[in-house]
Amino acid sequence: MVVEVDELNDETVDRLFHALADTTRRDILRRCVRGELSVSRLAEAYPMSFAAVQKHVAVLERAGLVAKQRSGREQLVRTDPDAVGRARQALDELESAWRGRVDRMACLLAEDPGSEENDTPEGTER
Amino acid sequence: MSVTSVDKDLDHLTLTLIADFAAPVERVWRLWADPRQLERWWGPPSYPATVEEHDLTPGGEVTYFMTGPEGDRHRGWWRVSSVTEPTALEFTDGFADDDGKPKDDMPTMSVTVRLTEHGGGTRMEMRSLFDSREQMEQLVSMGMEEGLKEAVGQIDALLAA
Repeated sequence: MVVEVDELNDETVDRLFHALADTTRRDILRRCVRGELSVSRLAEAYPMSFAAVQKHVAVLERAGLVAKQRSGREQLVRTDPDAVGRARQALDELESAWRGRVDRMACLLAEDPGSEENDTPEGTER
Repeated sequence: MSVTSVDKDLDHLTLTLIADFAAPVERVWRLWADPRQLERWWGPPSYPATVEEHDLTPGGEVTYFMTGPEGDRHRGWWRVSSVTEPTALEFTDGFADDDGKPKDDMPTMSVTVRLTEHGGGTRMEMRSLFDSREQMEQLVSMGMEEGLKEAVGQIDALLAA
C-alpha cells in the first residue's frame, strides 16, 4: 500500500477506509499477498456467493489496495502490486526497529560504561 | 546519536547499519552475550523481551519471548552460526510457536554483527537480510494487517465515543 500523503484527498481516504472497514475485505488482503489466487479460488474460502466476493474485490480494487492480473483465462488478485514499495516498506520497518535497539544499547552503555561484575581497568576510558 | 549510517539495498533486501558507541568492544559485546543485557534492548519498550535459553556458540540457540501490552507473548529464536568473541556474531532470527518451536512457515532473517575498535570507542556494523523475497512480502503483509487493525480499531473507538 504505497499512498503518497499529498495525494490523499477526501475521496481517496473515504474509499480507503470503506474498503478496510470490513473483516472479509481485510482477510482478502492477507490472502492475496502472493497474487496466486483467482477470484473463484478466493470465493471458495468464504461462506458467500462468488458475486459477493467479486464485489468485495472490486471495492478493494477501487481503493487501490489490490490489482487484478490476467493469467490465461483467470484473473489473479494481488495485494499491492508494487514490489519495490513493499521492499522499501519492509526495510524501513527493519531500520526503525534497529534504530530503537541502537538507542537502547546506547542508554545501557551510558548507565554502565565499563563492566559491572568482572571489573576491567580499561572499563571507562581509553 | 549513535547511528552513523544506514544503507538499504532493495535488490538484496539487506539493511546495513553502522553505529558508534562510547564504550570498549568488550562492553558492547556484553550487550549481546549477557542475556540480562540483551533483553533490555532487543524488544521495544511496549514489547519487552525475556531471554530464556542463551547459548552463544556455533549451533547454539537463543530463545526469547516478547510480551505485548495485553500480556500477549510473541516467541522468537536465534540459531547461532558463528561466534568470534568479542568481535563477531552471526545468527538466524525467526519466529516460534507458543511452545518455542521454530515456525518453518514464518519469515527468518540472517543477522551479522561486527564490533571493531574505532576512535576510542566501538563501531558496530549490523547487517540484516531477509532470507527470501517471499518472506519479506509476508512480513510486510503482517505489519500491514496490524496497522489496518489498529486504524480500524481507532475508528471504531471514535464512532463508539
